[in-house]
Parts: sequence; structure tokens; C-alpha cells
Amino acid sequence: MHEMSLVEGIRAIVEDQSHTHAFTRVTRLRLEIGRFAGVEKQALEFAWDEVMRGCVAEGAKLEIIVLPGQAMCFDCARMIEINDRFDPCPLCGGGKLLPQGGNEMRIKDMEVL
Amino acid sequence: MCAVCGCHDVPTFDAKPAMLPFANVLAQPAKPLFQNDKHNYHYGKGAAEVSVPGMSQARLIEVETAILSKNDALAAGNRRVLTALRVLALNLVSSPGSGKTTLLCRTIEALGDAPLAVIEGDQQTSNDADRIRATGAKAIQINTGKGCHLDAQMVGHAMDDLRPRPNSYLFIENVGNLVCPAGFDLGEDAKVAILSVTEGEDKPLKYPDIFTAAKLAILTKIDLAPHCDADLDAYDANLRRVNPKIDILRLSSRTGEGMAGWLDWLKTHLAAKA
Ligand SMILES: Nc1nc2c(ncn2[C@@H]2O[C@H](COP(=O)(O)OP(=O)(O)OP(=O)(O)O)[C@@H](O)[C@H]2O)c(=O)[nH]1
Ligand SMILES: [Mg+2]
Ligand SMILES: [Zn+2]
Ligand SMILES: [Zn+2]
Repeated sequence: MHEMSLVEGIRAIVEDQSHTHAFTRVTRLRLEIGRFAGVEKQALEFAWDEVMRGCVAEGAKLEIIVLPGQAMCFDCARMIEINDRFDPCPLCGGGKLLPQGGNEMRIKDMEVL
Repeated sequence: MCAVCGCHDVPTFDAKPAMLPFANVLAQPAKPLFQNDKHNYHYGKGAAEVSVPGMSQARLIEVETAILSKNDALAAGNRRVLTALRVLALNLVSSPGSGKTTLLCRTIEALGDAPLAVIEGDQQTSNDADRIRATGAKAIQINTGKGCHLDAQMVGHAMDDLRPRPNSYLFIENVGNLVCPAGFDLGEDAKVAILSVTEGEDKPLKYPDIFTAAKLAILTKIDLAPHCDADLDAYDANLRRVNPKIDILRLSSRTGEGMAGWLDWLKTHLAAKA
């Protein structure tokens, strides 16, 4: 995923919220990122400082909550939880897995002044 | 005629950010976002910063909003229009040079007078739209500037100008990139991943997201398979490993081998929209 675009998206949402909720500064922001969302934490943090400069979230602390990866196993037809995209099915050892959850990219909440 | 400025050339969408890097991405739909300057759309920034009275105490705001929610909402709008018009919209994704435009040109020739339109996405140049227009088809070029993918807003504006006909095909050639086009819904019916046999059998494993998001994978340039020791079954196996439900077709735009299967796929899926 393109972390720079994602942080641009976060910034747009934060700026919207600053109008509706009347705040001038974000001190902390929590993201929920699915294990399969393909988001690199380091790249996100790098883009964060760059993109947030000059907006209400400049200097805000970024916290990332990793959500589990879920997949449908096409061998045993059950929903399973896996850590890595290419892990085998923990129930039957099958390798044909279609990710179902784990692509989430959400702003959970933020602490504002 | 260009719906924006009344000129007779097909406009170029210039999404080059005016001030901020990547400002075009996910900009707010409700406000005017771009200025029309003759044939170019300049994607810019939305509202200016508004100062609000400061609050003395920190408070927690529950946001619970998807980061790409603005793009997703715009994509849903595009999809409503396309559904109402019974247009089959396909988002063609691949790495640069795998053969998207060549396949589109051959497809347009093979479809004869079936109504269709094309949206071309590239960082720079109108080369691909020019190639499409040379076949007689309607095409709009979107230049994304630094942007490495099309987003739903760009496609929505291009649709406004293209005005796809009812029961037609809309082909959207995305920027050559196997990474972020996977995450940006444009409102299409399906992503079609093009993979040429010179790229290596392990590409689906290296870039799984795009192949997981695709409904169909087209293994192309099969005329070259003997020259580069390509193992076509290994391509299939790796595609199925990352997406057990994916449809796979093999073809060569150069020799025409396998084109019939692709045309059948298109006709079946267009009929399903009716
Ligand atoms: N041998 C052979 N060459 C092909 C085939 N399809 C495309 N090519 C060649 O591959 C090169 C790239 O083709 P394009 O159609 O421009 O590829 P593209 O995916 O549109 O490229 P970008 O838009 O720049 O990402 C050209 O030289 C084509 O002639 C094919 O089926 N066989
Ligand atoms: Mg092209
Ligand atoms: Zn299993
Ligand atoms: Zn991108």
C-alpha cells in the first residue's frame, strides 16, 4: 500500500473532524490496521511527519493497533486466523487461503485539545 | 465537445498536485477541488484552515472511520451510475509494460461496433489515449503527476465527460503499478490483472494484494513463453495460491491466440449487467 496516500487520507479526515468537533490540536491518534493491509509501520511513520506538518495533527503521537488476519480455507472450508499471508491453514494444513478480514485501515480515535 | 470548457479536444486530466504532494488523493467531494485551465484539470487542496477557539482540556473523539472512506464513497457513487446504465466497467491493473494498452487496442478492434469507452491513467503523456483514439474509440487520458494510482474522484470526472452509453464497456487502464491500485476502489465491476510471461512466475506471491483483489488474471504475451522458459502452469498455481477464486485466461495480443476466450468473458459479464 502507498503509505503517503494513506496519511493524506488521514489528514483529510482529521481536518474534517477539526471543523465538526472544534479542536485545534491532535495529541494522539490511534489507527487500526489489519495484518494483511500491507501497511509498513516505518513507512507510515515517515510519511506521517512529512504530511502532517502544518496541520492540526502536526506532532501528534501515532499508535497502531494491529488487527488479526482472517482467511477462508478452500481445503477445509473453515474460517481461520493466521499471522502471515502465506501461513498454511492451522486446522488442515491447506495452502489455498482467501483473506476475509485483515485488510482494515481505520482511524479508531484521537485525543484532541 | 468538452463538457467543461466547450472546446473540441478531449481534455487531459492533470492531477498534478498544485501545492501539496498527493493533495489530489481523497480530496473532499463536496467542494470545488480543481480549477479548469483550458484543457487541464488541476487537482488542488480543498478548504483552508479554519481557526477555532482552543479547548483547555484534552478529550477523546471516537472516529471509527476507514482511511479510504472518501474514496470508497466516491467509488460507490460511480458504481451507482454504472449500474443504472448497465455499463461493464473493468479496472485493468498490471506492472508497467505488461501489455494493457496493446490488449485494449486488439480488444476494441475485435469488439467491432460494440459501444465502449476508455479511461487511460499514466503519470505523464497522452500516448496511451492517443493509441486508443487511433482505433476510433473514445478515450480520456488522466495524468496523475506524482500519483501512482487512479482514484475514484478522477474516474468520476472522466465519466462525466465520457458519458458512457447504456449497455456498453468502460475500460479503465490504471497506472502501471502492482501495489496501491489494489486498495483504491474506482467503482468498477472487476479488477482485471494483466501479467505477462516475461515478468516471472513468482509475481503473484510478491504482490499478492493486487491478485487477491482481481476477479480475472490474464496471462499475456504467451507467444514469448518459449523464448523465456516461462512455466505457464506455475503462473496459474501461484495465482490460485493467493486467490483460489480467480479466473485465469492465457492469450497473446500479438498473435491473437486466446483472444476468443477473453471476448467470451467480456460478453458474458456484460450480459450479466443487463
Ligand atoms: N510479443 C508480445 N509483445 C506484446 C504483447 N502485448 C504487448 N506487447 C508489447 O509489450 C510492450 C508494452 O505494451 P503496452 O501495451 O504499451 O503495455 P502497457 O501495460 O500498456 O504499458 P504502460 O501503460 O506503460 O504500463 C510493447 O512493446 C508491446 O508491443 C504480446 O502479446 N506479445
Ligand atoms: Mg498502457
Ligand atoms: Zn483448512
Ligand atoms: Zn499509489
